[in-house]
Amino acid sequence: MDRFVWANGLLEMNETLVIQQRGVRLYDGEDKAKLDVGVVLLSTHRLLWRDQKNHECCICIHLSQIIFFEEQAAGIGKSAKIVIHLHPAPENKEPGPYQHSKYSFIKLSFKEHGQIEFYRRLTEEMTQKHWENTPVSQPIPTGIGPKAGRTRAVGIVGIERKLEKKRKETDKNISEAFEDLSKLMEKVTMVKFIGLDSANLYLSLQAKEMVEVSKSIANKIKDKQGDITEDETIRFKSYLLSMGIANPVTRETHGSGTKYHIQLAKQLGDMLQAPLEERGGMMTLTEVYCLVNRARGMELLSPEDLVNACKLFESLKLPLRLRVFDSGVMVVQLQSHSEEEMIASALDNVSDKGSLTAEEFAKLLGLSVLLAKERLLLAEKMGHLCRDDSVEGLRFYPNLF
Amino acid sequence: MSFEWPWQYNFPPFFTLQPNVDTRQKQLAAWCSLVLSFCRQSKLFTLDVLEAQESAVFNNNRIHRKLSVEAIQVVFEELRKKGNLEWLDKNKSRCLIMWRRPEEWGKLIHQWVSKNGMVNLVFTLYELSNGDDTEKEEFHGLEDWMLLRSLQALQADGKAEIISMDDGKGVKFF
Repeated sequence: MDRFVWANGLLEMNETLVIQQRGVRLYDGEDKAKLDVGVVLLSTHRLLWRDQKNHECCICIHLSQIIFFEEQAAGIGKSAKIVIHLHPAPENKEPGPYQHSKYSFIKLSFKEHGQIEFYRRLTEEMTQKHWENTPVSQPIPTGIGPKAGRTRAVGIVGIERKLEKKRKETDKNISEAFEDLSKLMEKVTMVKFIGLDSANLYLSLQAKEMVEVSKSIANKIKDKQGDITEDETIRFKSYLLSMGIANPVTRETHGSGTKYHIQLAKQLGDMLQAPLEERGGMMTLTEVYCLVNRARGMELLSPEDLVNACKLFESLKLPLRLRVFDSGVMVVQLQSHSEEEMIASALDNVSDKGSLTAEEFAKLLGLSVLLAKERLLLAEKMGHLCRDDSVEGLRFYPNLF
Repeated sequence: MSFEWPWQYNFPPFFTLQPNVDTRQKQLAAWCSLVLSFCRQSKLFTLDVLEAQESAVFNNNRIHRKLSVEAIQVVFEELRKKGNLEWLDKNKSRCLIMWRRPEEWGKLIHQWVSKNGMVNLVFTLYELSNGDDTEKEEFHGLEDWMLLRSLQALQADGKAEIISMDDGKGVKFF
């Protein structure tokens, strides 16, 4: 912990915020640091930590000081951690929270999770080493090589260096996979500060191209079927999604109220196109809710916000519509979705089979039973079908009356 | 002659009261006509609701469907509105079924009377409904209340006159 220096929490000109995670406690080696729980922030140049309650208390360490790092799985009653091994502190180091430490490693304990993504991003940043390309104005202690006058256990350093080499090799594979990702970063056209908030530091990236490239990466990864499970694909898609879309629209970035809902509605408009088309142009609101929150990963939407955003589709001239059936079921459908076609095809299906229940119809079309029933009810409303309600269940027949 | 059931009778949805208004109208029309033709075939002039619920009209065992009690009431109400049914009691447990309206009966009777040149003769009601002469006629076996109404209709039309006699009523046709 003696590698840390006091910081003001502001990023430098060429420095970009990569990820932040709250609920993190620092450990000086194996011991808990004499600090409270805070927010850990990773930038392209540094690792920062700020006390959640006392925002004045902010410390940082330059990424070049990191030799290597590894995950430590959670245990019973213990949060998951990332262990970071550090180079010794340079002589000209600025003052920090600790003067001395008997440990050359620290731990980040993720009390509110988020360690997986943080680990990934840290890996990326350590691979890319942005600080070598774009040095920031503050003098950066490089921490490479022993300084005269400091005693050190050479053996440990040697081991640490070996481990670092090994890490670099494995990282090479990852960086090859992330080649596209660096292209991604290059395409960032604008980096904006939104402002220093008492709760968070924001960055907004605007690059439409990023979304295109991220889509191609997702497909590439999906093709590597052997190694990548569907779960990982989903997770990766969620990272990309949160990258390509400015820090998923949260109440913090855009405030609550209509403005927030407007942004959200636009985001949904983009996001739901493909899934809707896959499902024949219509999804129940609950299906949308699950899909959207799964993709977001963090910063989940509340059902209320989802509904309010969906109500804005029409006024924002988005190609989606929120629709409420007589029974109260709410769906999101593509504007291009033709109800007449659906009903005509429903009538054909029913006539074909003589009669159908909602379940049978759902099975036939690959729809959810709820949507299938709605469609049949609509066809009945239009007078194309009539119902047979008995102890055997509810069946629909072509309207021969 | 066994009763010929209409196609709807074997169509399961027929036994479920349809929510769609237009469909329901057609469905009820079919029910009304079924009930009336059944009663005509069986020469039923009155119906007991409870009995009717169990009858084959509202129960098709072959397709395991039956019309619910509520729906049967709806059908009866529909018949009443059309003038084919009259409740005999406040509880709606018995009703008169007029698969032919009094005016129509009256016309038939008068036609028979004229055809046989029996105008200006006086008949007792019994003679008309149960006499040997009328055996082949449709109105043979017509229940008294219906007969009376039919004659009243004719009377209103000026084609008959109901006469009160010592032991009942009689009628003279013009």
